[in-house]
Amino acid sequence: MRIGALTLRILRQFIHDKRTMALMFVAPLLVLSLMSLVFGGETYKPNIGLTGQAAVLSKALTKHDAQIVKYSAEEEGTLALKNGEIDALISISGGTPKVILEGSNPTANRAVMQALEQAARDQQISGQAQAQARVSIQPQVSYLYGSADMKTIDRFGPIMIGVFVFFFVFLIAGVSFLRERTTGTLERLLATPLKRWEIVIGYVCGFGIFTVFQALLISWFSIQVLGIMMAGSFGYVMLITLLLSMTALTLGTLLSAYAGNELQMIQFIPLVIVPQIFLCGLFPLDTLPLWLQRVGYATPLYYGAEAMTNIMIRGKGWNAVATDVYLLITFSLVFMVLNVLALRKHRKM
Amino acid sequence: MNQEAPVITVSHIRKAFGSKVVLEDISLKVRKAETFGLLGPSGSGKTTLVRLLTGIDEADSGEVHVLGVKVPKLSLLSQIGYMAQSDALYSELSAKDNLEFFASLYGLRKEQRNKRIKEVMEIVNLEEHLRKKVNQYSGGMKRRLSLAIALLHEPPLLILDEPTVGIDPVLRMSIWRELKALNKRGTTIVLTTHVMDEAEKCDRLGMIREGRLLAEDTPANLLQATGSSSIEEAFLYYGGVRS
Repeated sequence: MRIGALTLRILRQFIHDKRTMALMFVAPLLVLSLMSLVFGGETYKPNIGLTGQAAVLSKALTKHDAQIVKYSAEEEGTLALKNGEIDALISISGGTPKVILEGSNPTANRAVMQALEQAARDQQISGQAQAQARVSIQPQVSYLYGSADMKTIDRFGPIMIGVFVFFFVFLIAGVSFLRERTTGTLERLLATPLKRWEIVIGYVCGFGIFTVFQALLISWFSIQVLGIMMAGSFGYVMLITLLLSMTALTLGTLLSAYAGNELQMIQFIPLVIVPQIFLCGLFPLDTLPLWLQRVGYATPLYYGAEAMTNIMIRGKGWNAVATDVYLLITFSLVFMVLNVLALRKHRKM
Repeated sequence: MNQEAPVITVSHIRKAFGSKVVLEDISLKVRKAETFGLLGPSGSGKTTLVRLLTGIDEADSGEVHVLGVKVPKLSLLSQIGYMAQSDALYSELSAKDNLEFFASLYGLRKEQRNKRIKEVMEIVNLEEHLRKKVNQYSGGMKRRLSLAIALLHEPPLLILDEPTVGIDPVLRMSIWRELKALNKRGTTIVLTTHVMDEAEKCDRLGMIREGRLLAEDTPANLLQATGSSSIEEAFLYYGGVRS
């Protein structure tokens, strides 16, 4: 009897909370479809640059799904490699193929090597007639960034730092701003001469101090304790981590305006956080449908992850991360302005 | 006795949330240094009305003037001491932290702040509990702390939404004594209540039911006009339920 009554009450509560209900059904579908898109995507097609004599490999490599770009001068190819336009550059000097892998993404490395091996095998078969063609088929492999023993965690590490910082700051800032509303203190604040933008800035500053320490701790822990590969400057890692926290903080407080309670704040995780994780570059975006790639370009985590990878794996400096830094700042500012506007719901002036 | 301009003038305000009309054609005046009580059952629109007085909410039509200024006006909020119906306190902080926070929002300087914190905590009789965390406070203590916060910056106008709910009778009496003392010093007080016998302590009363102002006068006049022996009876009379 009592259990029945309880069951009924819970059902009724659910029916009244349409969002929670929708989330129970829709969110898993969303996350699952994202996963299937990401993991079940087409196999990665490596972009391989060829210079000089290596151009002869063009046909064989194209056959094995590699996209070929030819460079007349080796410098051109090296530049393209540095800019991340190609995954590997192949040249032939003294009869030995020389492969330089971009190196920051193990998936791309593997794809290049695989295409090369298959191409080599083809040549061996067809090369029965021309015996000398297979003489020096064993290529010389070197890495522009990273190394052959770069572990998956080295690849994921920089991005995951960003992901975790973003996730926790988003949630904590969002919930505490939400509580301000549910406990009535927001209304109380709005009954003081405090301006709306002052509330938003106050939150950014209050949490900002807290996130500086968080950024410091997480960056230090990942590099020193977890031993994640670190080729660049610690200062830049701190800067990006901090900017990511700021973006998460401003987004969290903004979205908390659209949550009625803590549970509804949690519901934003599969909607806002999980898709960002999938689309931030943890997995190669090139294999995804174009519209989904575009969604990725609209998320702050994408730029955070890009910058972190550039600093920690590629050891790049300010020029490489400047755009990401400006974009992250822009994201934060936009979220802050929107939050000031969202607070109009509670007080017009 | 008061020929000065009224502290609050409300003229023909109407407020609806969606299709639900919460306040309909309300007009009233609050004079300087009086305690004006808004009496009505819960859901009658009292809270909405006081929120309109502060300017947190805006009326759909009609006008509100407070201290000679048309509401809403941000600068006006520093002239108002507001106590919301729910205790808007940071429960993980101590009473002192809460008081200091709100004092800073109203721009009180350090010495002034400490002096005022001491004074208001004496008024609400919570001096010994100053350093206690608010989540260890009882409901009545929280109410008193909220009141203390509203008094902090010595505002000329106090707007108190159900200030004495959950406060024991002895303390309630001392709070009323304090409110009267504030009146004497020139502070105007608007408070809401649904307790009929408390309404008698107000200088003047506005009776609200279903978003309409039924009557506005001194308790004595209301009793006389309706020939009632209690405020409750008078309320029933205006509410259209005659016994």
